Amino acid sequence: MGYVSNVKKTFKLKYCFNYIGVAAFLVLMIILSSTGVLSRSAVNLLPKIAYSIILAVSLNLVVGFLGELSLGHAGFMCVGAYLGSYFSIFLHNYIDNSLVCFLISLVVGGLLAAVFGFIIGLPALRLKGDYLAIVTLAFGEIVRNVFKNLSFFGGAMGLKTDKIKLQSSTLYIVAFILVLVVLFLIQNLIRSKHGRAITAIRDNEIAAKAMGINVTYYKLFVFVISAFFAGVAGVIYGHYYTPILYSAFDYNYSIEILVMVVIGGIGSISGSIIAATVITYINFMLQNNLSGDLAAVRLLVYAIILIAIVIFNNAPALKPIKDKLNFKNLSAKLFKKKESTIVDDDVAWNRIESKIRMDELLSIDVKKQDGEFSDPDKPTKEGK
Amino acid sequence: MSILLDGLSLGAVYALIALGYTMVYGIAKMLNFAHGDVIMVGAYAIYSTMALNTNPFIAMAVAIVVCTVMGIVIEKFAYKPLRGASPLAVLITAIGVSNLLQGIAQLIYGSTSIAFTVANFKTVHILGSEISVGTILTLVVGAIIMIGLTLFVKKTRTGRAMLAVSEDSGAARLMGVNVDKIIMLTFAIGSALAAFASLFYIIRIPSVTPTLGAMPGIKAFTAAVIGGIGSIPGAMLGGILLGMIEQICKHNPTIEAYTTAIEFCLLIVILLVKPVGLLGKRRREKV
Repeated sequence: MGYVSNVKKTFKLKYCFNYIGVAAFLVLMIILSSTGVLSRSAVNLLPKIAYSIILAVSLNLVVGFLGELSLGHAGFMCVGAYLGSYFSIFLHNYIDNSLVCFLISLVVGGLLAAVFGFIIGLPALRLKGDYLAIVTLAFGEIVRNVFKNLSFFGGAMGLKTDKIKLQSSTLYIVAFILVLVVLFLIQNLIRSKHGRAITAIRDNEIAAKAMGINVTYYKLFVFVISAFFAGVAGVIYGHYYTPILYSAFDYNYSIEILVMVVIGGIGSISGSIIAATVITYINFMLQNNLSGDLAAVRLLVYAIILIAIVIFNNAPALKPIKDKLNFKNLSAKLFKKKESTIVDDDVAWNRIESKIRMDELLSIDVKKQDGEFSDPDKPTKEGK
Repeated sequence: MSILLDGLSLGAVYALIALGYTMVYGIAKMLNFAHGDVIMVGAYAIYSTMALNTNPFIAMAVAIVVCTVMGIVIEKFAYKPLRGASPLAVLITAIGVSNLLQGIAQLIYGSTSIAFTVANFKTVHILGSEISVGTILTLVVGAIIMIGLTLFVKKTRTGRAMLAVSEDSGAARLMGVNVDKIIMLTFAIGSALAAFASLFYIIRIPSVTPTLGAMPGIKAFTAAVIGGIGSIPGAMLGGILLGMIEQICKHNPTIEAYTTAIEFCLLIVILLVKPVGLLGKRRREKV
């Protein structure tokens, strides 16, 4: 992973919000669970939140920063879960400590998923957009179908992982530390030279090619990295649930991860983290409270939110309204000093006494333009 | 022989669905992920009408009307606002619509599958093998629809307008073609074909579930991509090819379990060798 060496040396507090947020959440949870405020079922939920965050952030790398749609993220997770846990079970015969087994198999599961990411990325490179989406979707189905029929992975009964299963109370601490590591790697990747190349491909592939960016290399690179982290999430899953069942990684699960990314904001890491946490929690609450067919309400609400968000963000007809409601503009309006409001009155205009006031007026305009370009985490334009 | 005919009839079902995908892709340049769920809507429409003790033909007519209206409504409310937006946005919306339809169906009819038969078909002997009349019906009607659609696109004014829009929508607009209307018509035709597909599908598998459309939808989409998305004969070829392969795999005990994997591997291999599909046209990307 050469990109770690390309980290910008300048330190900005802005980039640390995600780490601080996740770390604070982890510390809060440790305190709450040690004092016994947190119920058992809530502690059980925590590892799930952690791997959902990893999944959402790694999918965001493909969807938000490379600008391609992958519908096979659950497939990579499936590879990581099955192969990583299988390796962990195998390793358990030699090493007694299941935590060590877990950490080693994390790397192994991630790497194996990355290999699959490479294999699926190769044909995918020749394709783009809709074709890529269908190839990744097909990949997810192939993986599920194959794991269902391989007898040494338990076949239709699933892979039993009782031997290596970790207690949720220890697993969530490790898992959240992993979230921090993943965030560190992905955020630094995005801010590096490579990250800029990736976003350049998203914004205009032909222009990026003309600038000498190796499009093929970077697309494959993002695919492999994203698959690696999905595999890591899969290994966490494997040490959390038993048995690992192929049916959990279906097309709908890929969509659910995509919903997290879209609701959090395509191309926003913080958004993905928050959305993954909130959606996982809401799912948990709804699963307890909505039984039977009412569970469809969840599907319905997500679908409506998804459609509404995408149409609102992308519809050409809604652009003027969107600009009016833009958070930056709104907050600028709210926090601006009163003097800077433009008064449509000649008398009032003449009443401006000093030149300093004029400068203030001008400088506000300049600042506003500046702000639009200085935020690297937020894409200025979706797609081409 | 019976495997072959069965495969052909399954292929006809896939081809009908694939036609819906490919026409919409050719004309609106978008993937209608919700197309599979329109089949599900059609199946529930047939089920609901049949529950009122009416004959299958009325049920079929109701299904066609419901699906067509559904197609137009989806186009109007979900896709039309996004015309000109990035393909990624449209794709995600389509996925949302698909989930929405599934959720609505689950709320109304419940998530458990409901078994029911449209009609009891006899079996006939052709060349020493037993074949259900339903299979033959599927084949014949499927063939008639496909021939009709090809003639419609090639011979009528509206059909040629559709071809023109798929070739270059800007130029077609300048020539006086109402592009919005053509796109709406395409969705309507695609959804009507989906209604036929839903009838044939529940003849094959006599039950309805909210997720009924997902798998045939994905497979038909695969068929459309194999044949070359945007090409009408390609969709037919791809559909029939996929149907045959599925039936042949299903009747071979050693590879039966891997049928889905084999079908999707075929897709990946074909896209590797010929990225535009078997009959697709290569488009040069312009700056």
